[in-house]
Amino acid sequence: MGSGQREQFDNPVIEWVDSRLPVFTMMQREYGVFPTPRNFNYFWNFGAIAMIMLVLMIVTGIVLAMHYTADVTKSFDAVERIMREVNGGWLIRYMHMNGASFFFIAVYIHIFRGMYYGSFKKPRELLWILGVVIFLLMMATAFIGYVLPWGQMSLWGATVITNLFSAIPLVGDSIVTLLWGGFSVDNPTLTRFFALHYLLPFVIFAVVFLHVWALHVTGSNNPLGIDTKGPQDTLPFHPYYTMKDTFGVLVFLLFFVLVTFYAPNMLGHPDNYIPADPLVTPAHIVPEWYFLPFYAILRAITFDIGVPFTEIVIISAKLGGVIAMFGAIALWFVLPWLDTHPIRSARFRPLFRTFFLILVADFIFLGYIGSQSADATLFGIPLSYMGLAATAYYFIFFIAILPWLSRNEKGRDLPTSIHEAVLEQKKSKSEMSPEAAE
Amino acid sequence: MSTDNADDNSRRDFLQMTGAAFGAVGAVSFAAPLINSLNPAKDTLALATTEVDVSSIPVGEAKTVMWRGKPVFIKHRTPEEIEEARSVEISALPDKQADEERVQKPEWLVVIGICTHLGCVPTGQKQSDAHGDYDGWFCPCHGSHYDTSARIRKGPAPKNLQVPPYEFISDTVIKIG
Amino acid sequence: MTKRLILSLAVLPLLMMIAPSAQAAGDQKAAPHQHWHFKGPFGTYDRDALQRGYLVYRQVCAACHSMKRVAFRNLEDLGYNEAQIKAIASEYTVTDGPDEEGEMFDRPARPSDYFPSPFPNKNAAKYANGGAYPPDLSLITKARHHGADYVYALLTGYKEPPADKKLLDGQYYNPYMAGHVIAMAPPLSDGMVAYSDESPMTTEQYARDVAEFLTWAAEPEMESRKKIGLQVLLFLAVFAAIMYGIKKKIWADVH
Repeated sequence: MGSGQREQFDNPVIEWVDSRLPVFTMMQREYGVFPTPRNFNYFWNFGAIAMIMLVLMIVTGIVLAMHYTADVTKSFDAVERIMREVNGGWLIRYMHMNGASFFFIAVYIHIFRGMYYGSFKKPRELLWILGVVIFLLMMATAFIGYVLPWGQMSLWGATVITNLFSAIPLVGDSIVTLLWGGFSVDNPTLTRFFALHYLLPFVIFAVVFLHVWALHVTGSNNPLGIDTKGPQDTLPFHPYYTMKDTFGVLVFLLFFVLVTFYAPNMLGHPDNYIPADPLVTPAHIVPEWYFLPFYAILRAITFDIGVPFTEIVIISAKLGGVIAMFGAIALWFVLPWLDTHPIRSARFRPLFRTFFLILVADFIFLGYIGSQSADATLFGIPLSYMGLAATAYYFIFFIAILPWLSRNEKGRDLPTSIHEAVLEQKKSKSEMSPEAAE
Repeated sequence: MSTDNADDNSRRDFLQMTGAAFGAVGAVSFAAPLINSLNPAKDTLALATTEVDVSSIPVGEAKTVMWRGKPVFIKHRTPEEIEEARSVEISALPDKQADEERVQKPEWLVVIGICTHLGCVPTGQKQSDAHGDYDGWFCPCHGSHYDTSARIRKGPAPKNLQVPPYEFISDTVIKIG
Repeated sequence: MTKRLILSLAVLPLLMMIAPSAQAAGDQKAAPHQHWHFKGPFGTYDRDALQRGYLVYRQVCAACHSMKRVAFRNLEDLGYNEAQIKAIASEYTVTDGPDEEGEMFDRPARPSDYFPSPFPNKNAAKYANGGAYPPDLSLITKARHHGADYVYALLTGYKEPPADKKLLDGQYYNPYMAGHVIAMAPPLSDGMVAYSDESPMTTEQYARDVAEFLTWAAEPEMESRKKIGLQVLLFLAVFAAIMYGIKKKIWADVH
C-alpha cells in the first residue's frame, strides 16, 4: 500500500489529497478496477453481507451503549428502559439482537462456501486462518454480549460457559475465578464483559481488514476453483460486483427486517426476559442458536477416558467435552493441511462433495441436538447417542476422510480457463432457450 | 459492448440515479432513529414537574430545588429587595424586563439558577455568599452580576436568569413545570 | 448440484429457528393457540379488550402481582385521555421522598409514576404468599413461550388433581404450569369483575382480556413496530428490484 504508481484524478481536491495520502488510489485499485473472477455465484455475496452486518452491529451497539448501564441491579432495567422509554430504543435493540443472528447466518454460509469451493487452499491459507480468527472473536463477542441484558439465560449461560474453563487441569479453578472476578458470575463479571463487548468488535474490524488485505494479495477464488489466467477471466470489481453485492445485501436485509420487525424474539429465549436470579436455574439452559452445534459436541462426550480395566482416568468426561468442542473449531485452523487435494472446487470432486454435504447435514443435526434437553429422544433413540455419532462423523470427516480423499480421489477434468467455461455455459443455456440470448 | 444505443444508456443512467437516491434515503432513514434515540426519553420528559412547599423559607432567605436536573432558585424577597428591583429604569437594563413580568407574587422570585453566559450556577442563595454589585446573584465563572429580580446587570451574560413555568397550587406550594 | 447445497444451507437457520420452541414444552401441557386481535403482520390491540383487561388486572391480579415497568402515562395506549389518566393515577398512593426532614411521605400518584407494587420487596412478596413469589407481570408474555396463549390457558386451566397426585395446603393443580403444581389459587370466577360494556362476565372472557392487556404491557411498541416494519420491507423490496435492474443491465455487457 502507498508505494508504486499513483492514479491520476481529474478532480483537483481528490488529486491534492491523493498526492499526499493515496487513499483514492488505493480505493480505485482495490475496489474500482480490482480484477475479480467473472464467474462468481451468489454465494460470493456473503463476504460483503457479513461486512455490512458488522457495521450494523457496531453502529447500533454504540448507540445502545449510550443508554446501557453495566450493573447487576440496573442492567435488566436499563435494557427495558431502552425498550420502553428511549425513542425508537426497541428498534435499535431488536436490530442489535437479531443482527447478531443474521451476522452469524452470513458468516456460516461464507465459511461453508469457502470449504465447498476450496477457498482455504494454497495460496489462501492465511486468508482462511484470519477468517477463523474472526469467527472465534465473533463467538466470544456474541457470548459476552448475551450476558449484558442480565436475564436468566445471561447469568446461567455465562455460568455454564465460564465453568468450561474449570475443566483445565491444575489451573482451571483459578482461571475461572479470574474470569469472574469473584466466586460466581456477578457484578465484576458483568462490568468486564461490557468493556470487552465494546472492545472486541473493533478487534474484529481490524482482523477483517487483514482478511480483506490478504484476499487482495491472492485475489478471490471462484466456483471453478481454477486460477485466473488473464484479463479475459476477470471483471473490474466496480461496477460489476459492487452492484451485485448491493443487490445481494438488500435481499439479505429483507429477511433480516422480516424477523426484526415481525418476530423479534423468535431466535431468543423467553427466560432472558426474567431478571437474573442466582438462586434459581432455568429448567433448560440453551445457548444462542449459533453455538448449538458446538454445544452438542461438548455434551456428546459423557464418558471418561482412562486406562482400560483400571480406575485411572486420564481425561475426564468434562475435560473431554471441552477438548472436543474447542478441537472442533481448532480443526478449521489446520484445514488447509488436512485437505491437500490439488483440485479446489467440489464441483470437480464428486466424492468430496458427497462427504461434505453429509458434513453440512451433520452440522445442522448437531445444532438440533444442541437445542434439545440432554435426555431427549428421537424416534425412540436417545439423542445423546445420536449426538455422539454426529460428533464422531464431524471429527472423522476432518481427520480421516479429508486426508484420505486428498490422496485417493481422482476428480474430474478441470476446464482450461474461467473464460472458456463461462462461454461454454452461455452456449448451452442459449441452446436451451434461444430468446435468452441477446 | 452490445448496448451502444442511447436509449439503453439513458435507462441505465436513470436506474442508477434512482438506485443512488434509494441508497441515500435508506442511509438517512437508518441514521435518523439512532440519532433521535439520543433525545430525552419518554420517562425523562414525563418527570417534568416538581412540587415545593415554600412555607418554611423565611423572608430574605432562599432555597434551591432540582427541576429537570437543574437548580431552581426560590427566593423569599424582602420589601427592600422588591423595591430595589422595581425602582430600576427598565430601558437601562441589558435584557429589558420589568420585575412584574418575572414574578407571580412579588415576594416570591422563582428562577432557574443557571447563568445565561455559559451555564455555571451563580452564588447568592445564602446570606454569606457573594451577591454581586446589585445585591442579587453573582456568577463566579466569568463575573456576571444579577440584581434582586435575577436580571443581568453587569458582566458577559446576555440574558436574565430564566423564569421556569410554575404555578401556586396553594398559598404555600409551588408546582414547577 | 449447487441447488442442493443452497437448499441444505438454507435449512440450517430454519431448523435452528424451530428448534428452541420444540424443546420448550417440558412436562407442561402445551397451551392451545387462541385467536388474538394482535396476531399477524397487521394485527393491532383491541382497545376495548385492553381496557377490560386492565380492569381485571387492577381488581384481581394487582393484589399480588406487581407491574413495575408500566407507568400510568402509558395508559394513553389503551385509549384513555389525559384527564382520565390523571384521575386513575390519583386513586393510587405512592411513597415519595425523602422530604426536607428526611422522612418518606405518601402522595397521590401522578401520570409519570409507575404502577405501585403490592409488596415492598421480593421477600415480603414471598412471605405473604406462602413462599411462592408472584412474578412481576410487565414482561410475563415475553418471558413464556406463546405468552398470551399461556396466560389464557393457565388462568382457565385449573383442574382437579389426578388421584395419584398429592397436593399440599396452598397448592393447586394446573397442567399448564411447569410441574403441574401452582401456588396461585384459581384467581378468576364468573361475574367477579363488573364490565361496563356488553362483554360476557365469564372466567374465559376475563382471562382473554387480561392476556391481551399483559401482551400490551410486555410489547407496547408492537403496533408501531409492525407499521414501520411494513414501510421498511416495501422500501427494501423496491430498492432491491432497482438494484437487480442495474445489475442486470451492467452484466448484460459481459460475454
